[in-house]
Amino acid sequence: MKTDDLIRALAADAGHRTLPQGRAFALSGGAAVILAAVVFAISLGPRPDALQSLESLRYLFKFAVMITLAGSAFALLRARARPEGGGRGLGLWLALAPLLLLAGIVLELFAVPNTDWARQMIGTNSRVCLTFIPLIGIGPLAVFLLALRHGAPTRLARAGALAGLLAGALAGAFYAAHCPDDSPLFVAVWYSLAIAGLSGLGALLAPRIARW
Amino acid sequence: MSGRDEGELADLLRAGLAGDERAYARFLHRAAGLVRPYVRRRITHGGVDAEDVVQETLLALHLKRHTWMADAPVLPWMFAIARFKLIDAFRRRGRRIEVDLDEVAETLAQPEEEQASTRDVSRALDTLAPGQKAVVSAISVEGQSIAQTAQALGMNETAVRVALHRGLAALARRFGRT
Repeated sequence: MKTDDLIRALAADAGHRTLPQGRAFALSGGAAVILAAVVFAISLGPRPDALQSLESLRYLFKFAVMITLAGSAFALLRARARPEGGGRGLGLWLALAPLLLLAGIVLELFAVPNTDWARQMIGTNSRVCLTFIPLIGIGPLAVFLLALRHGAPTRLARAGALAGLLAGALAGAFYAAHCPDDSPLFVAVWYSLAIAGLSGLGALLAPRIARW
Repeated sequence: MSGRDEGELADLLRAGLAGDERAYARFLHRAAGLVRPYVRRRITHGGVDAEDVVQETLLALHLKRHTWMADAPVLPWMFAIARFKLIDAFRRRGRRIEVDLDEVAETLAQPEEEQASTRDVSRALDTLAPGQKAVVSAISVEGQSIAQTAQALGMNETAVRVALHRGLAALARRFGRT
C-alpha cells in the first residue's frame, strides 16, 4: 500500500470521534477517586475518632502530604500522557510532598523524645497499611493505565511508575482516615513502601497496557 | 518557514478534527512530507524502511490525534510521534539508536518523494478480518468513497465507517509484527 492510499483511508476516518485527552483525564481522575472511596468504605472505613481527630495537626498532616502528592502526580501524568511530554515545571512540584514530609519528620523528631522514635516509626498498623494501600490503589492504577493507553506517552515505564505513584497517593489519602498511626515517621516508612510497590507495578504494566 | 508550516498545519489539523476530510487529507500529506526527510536522515543502514516508518507515523498521528491540544504547536507533537515510531522500528529490528530532539529544527527541509516497495502496512492489511480488509482496501487502494464502498459490499455506511476505523486501529497494532 502506498502512502497516498493510506492517507485516503485515514482521511475517510476523520469523522470518527475520539474522547479528547483533557476530558479523558478528568474522567479518569473522577473514576479513580470514586473507586478508591468505595473500596475504602467497604474494606476499612474511617477510624471511630476520625472527626474529632480533625483537630489534630498530625492527623491532618497525613492528608496534606498524600493530597499534595496525588495532585502533583496527576498534573505531571496528564502532561506525560502526551507524546511531546513536557511538564518540566510540573516535575518540580512532585518534590513538594516529599519536602513537606521531610519537614514533618524534623518537627516530629523535636516533638517526640528520641527513645520514642522507633516506636512511632514502627507503629501498630504497618501490616494493614501495606495491605490496604495497594488494595485501595489497584483500581485507580488500572484506571490511570487505561488513561495512558488512550493517550500517547513515549516513556511508557516512567509514565506507568507515575500512574502507580498517583494511585498510591490517592489510596494513602483514604487509608489515612483509618490508620491510628499519625506520626510522620510512620507515614515516611510504611506509606512510602506501599506507594513504591504500586509505582513498581505501574512501571511493569504500562509498557504492555499502554503500548501504541 | 517553520512558522508558516506550523500555522498552516495547525489550521488544517483543526479543520480535520472538526470532520473536514479534505483539510485532514492535506494535513496528512504535509505531515508525510515533513516526516519523510526526518526519518530518512536517521536511517543510515538497511533493515528499516523509511516509508514504513512514515506510514506508521501517519497511522499514529491519526489514532492519537486527540492528544494534540488545540492551543499547542503541531510540529513538536508531530515529530515526537515520528521519533517514537522511528525508535520503535529500530527496536523491533534489534538495533538501538539515539535520536536527538533538538535535531527537529533541521528537518524542516524539502519534502521528499516516496519510493515504492512492499510495505509493512500491506502485510498487516493481509492479516485483517476479511470485512475490515475489504473496506480498508476499497477506500485506500481503490480510492472509493464510503458510500461507494457501502454499495459495493452491500453494507450500510455506518458499518463501513466502523469497519474502517477498526481496520485502521488493527493495522497500527500489527504494523511491523507480521
